[in-house]
Amino acid sequence: MMTWRDRFSLHSLFNFPEEGSTQKRYSLLRRNMIILMILVTIVPLFFMALLNYHQYQSTLRDEIVNPMRVLVNKTKHSFELFLAERLSAVSFVASAYSYEKLSNEVEFNRIFRVMKREFGGFVDLGLIDELGVQVSYVGPYDLKGKNYSEQSWLHETQVRGGYVSDVFMGFRGFPHLVMAVLNNSESLKGWILRATIDTDRFHDLIASMGLDPKTDAFLINKNGVLQTPSKWYGGLLERFPFDLPPASYEANVVEVKDMSGRDVFMAYTYFAHAPYILVVIKPRGEVLRSWYTLKSELFFLFIISVVVIFLVVFKLTDVLVHRMMECDERREAAFREVEHTHKLSSIGRLAAGVAHEINNPMAIINEKAGLMKDLIEFKPDFPDKEKFLGLVGAVLQSVHRCRSITHRLLGFARRMEVQVEVLDLNEVIRETAAFLEKEALYRKVQIKLELDSTLPRIASDRGQLQQVFLNILNNALAAVADGGQVTVVSRPIDDDTNEVIIQDNGCGMPEAVLQHIFEPFFTTKKGTGTGLGLPITYGIVKKLGGNIEVQSQENVGTIFTITLPLRASEESGS
Amino acid sequence: MENWKVLLVDDEQEFVTTLAERLGLRGIDAAIASDGEEGLRLVEDLRPQVVVLDLMMPGMSGVEVLQQIKSLHPETRVLLLTGHGSTREGIEGMRLGADDYLMKPINIDELIDKMKKAMRGE
Repeated sequence: MMTWRDRFSLHSLFNFPEEGSTQKRYSLLRRNMIILMILVTIVPLFFMALLNYHQYQSTLRDEIVNPMRVLVNKTKHSFELFLAERLSAVSFVASAYSYEKLSNEVEFNRIFRVMKREFGGFVDLGLIDELGVQVSYVGPYDLKGKNYSEQSWLHETQVRGGYVSDVFMGFRGFPHLVMAVLNNSESLKGWILRATIDTDRFHDLIASMGLDPKTDAFLINKNGVLQTPSKWYGGLLERFPFDLPPASYEANVVEVKDMSGRDVFMAYTYFAHAPYILVVIKPRGEVLRSWYTLKSELFFLFIISVVVIFLVVFKLTDVLVHRMMECDERREAAFREVEHTHKLSSIGRLAAGVAHEINNPMAIINEKAGLMKDLIEFKPDFPDKEKFLGLVGAVLQSVHRCRSITHRLLGFARRMEVQVEVLDLNEVIRETAAFLEKEALYRKVQIKLELDSTLPRIASDRGQLQQVFLNILNNALAAVADGGQVTVVSRPIDDDTNEVIIQDNGCGMPEAVLQHIFEPFFTTKKGTGTGLGLPITYGIVKKLGGNIEVQSQENVGTIFTITLPLRASEESGS
Repeated sequence: MENWKVLLVDDEQEFVTTLAERLGLRGIDAAIASDGEEGLRLVEDLRPQVVVLDLMMPGMSGVEVLQQIKSLHPETRVLLLTGHGSTREGIEGMRLGADDYLMKPINIDELIDKMKKAMRGE
């Protein structure tokens, strides 16, 4: 038993067996051809498609992702510029004015109004002394005297010199952020200028990105809290539902799944001088819509190609294998034909040799017995003359019988010359049937002739045809019982061929006999047959360019069908 | 018939001697030769009117002997004997100048008949 591995190994695919059961051989051949053809077509196609797929995908991705990156960078710069301007303004005030001047309520008010007018976005301004107490305040609340000394931003400002807070809700419930700048030029601990900035401007900046409705953009802080409201991922100060992307101050794009299972592109960048991250989120489906169209087209094309290849391969293989089968069958038939002819001719040569060798001693027996007969006849007083004459007569009779056998053998062997003449096939049949009339009459066998009078005249050998019909009619007569029937039918088949059918209702033949009837020396007439009648008949019909077929059923009868060409074939006479 | 001289040429001794004896019984004087050379010598010595010649012999073949006889003594009648059932050899022989041919085993009456016909030049 072949293993699966053996069955489909490369070696076995190229193995086109010459032998084995025909059906199995062809199905193996067919299978191997199909597999090979499909392999050499589908595999390259598959790789091409795969390669194209990836190529297109990466190109398209770049084309879509790069603008996102550029947009994010640009917007980040706008944000940073906005923040930097305001921080500079606060810094400038903290540097340009002395603590004393800023402590002056009127002056402080004026400075605040200038800042508000020139930069916009400022909500309030406070001066905090080195103990953390707000000594001056301009703004919508009454925060003068508020002590910030316990708050962390104060410490951070004192340590770092400047501070920008996360966005938070103030007392009035609108989002804002705090900026603080330290001035420690006058004392060691220094005082702090603190400003609150309205984050409405953030919305303006995001709106200026000109995003399509399927795209979301927002700021988060480094703790993952939304600093501006998001379309899908929560309102202001809610928690951003993603893990924070890895720190990057240049715009970066990552592909992630959001909480609703959507694949999204996340473009983001960290701010250098503020604790914010700008995030733009675009659903992948949206981004790659054209890619999906292309992908499905690619896939469709691939499937269609595969189907077409399969169809063509199967059809082609079928046709090829069928042709091969036909060729093999034809070759096989031709080979059998040649073999049969060869067998006949070699047996013929053997028969001729044997006949010739036997003829010489037979001639001696003939002469010796003849002399004996002569001597007996010439002597009038030969004792037991009659008895001896009888004995010698029997010897001569046997010699005569041998002679007729050897002459028939030689006749079988030699290649008789075909003498072609134009003749009426019906006439030849009638003549031949006439030979057998006596015997038929005696045995009450009816020989029925159904001859087509429109049969064209054919060019063939009269004597040989007579021999053919005689042989078959003889066999038919031998096969039928007394009172039986033999029918001879002649009819044209097409323009070039005529057919003679000789049918009897005799004993018929079993399959085993039928297979051998055209072989020399095969006989069922024990003792009386030479087994040469039908082989000679076969040889003649073939020589005349015709064909002979036989069908038989035991106890039903036998049908000989002889087809003859209008003109005896060219090779005749060889 | 008595004045006929017949020469039988055949390598089968038993056949040819018996045939000669049978012809003798019928009043025909037949000499015998067992091969082609001897046959040709006897044609020279005896000048037979009829030569019965086997086509298949060792040494000189019947056809060669026939051609020699015909070239030396064209008036000599020749009958051919053939062991093959083939009529072709006989016809071929007749084309070369033989008067007739017989197939072995022969019928003696047929032989004498053909000799007579050959003598009459038919």
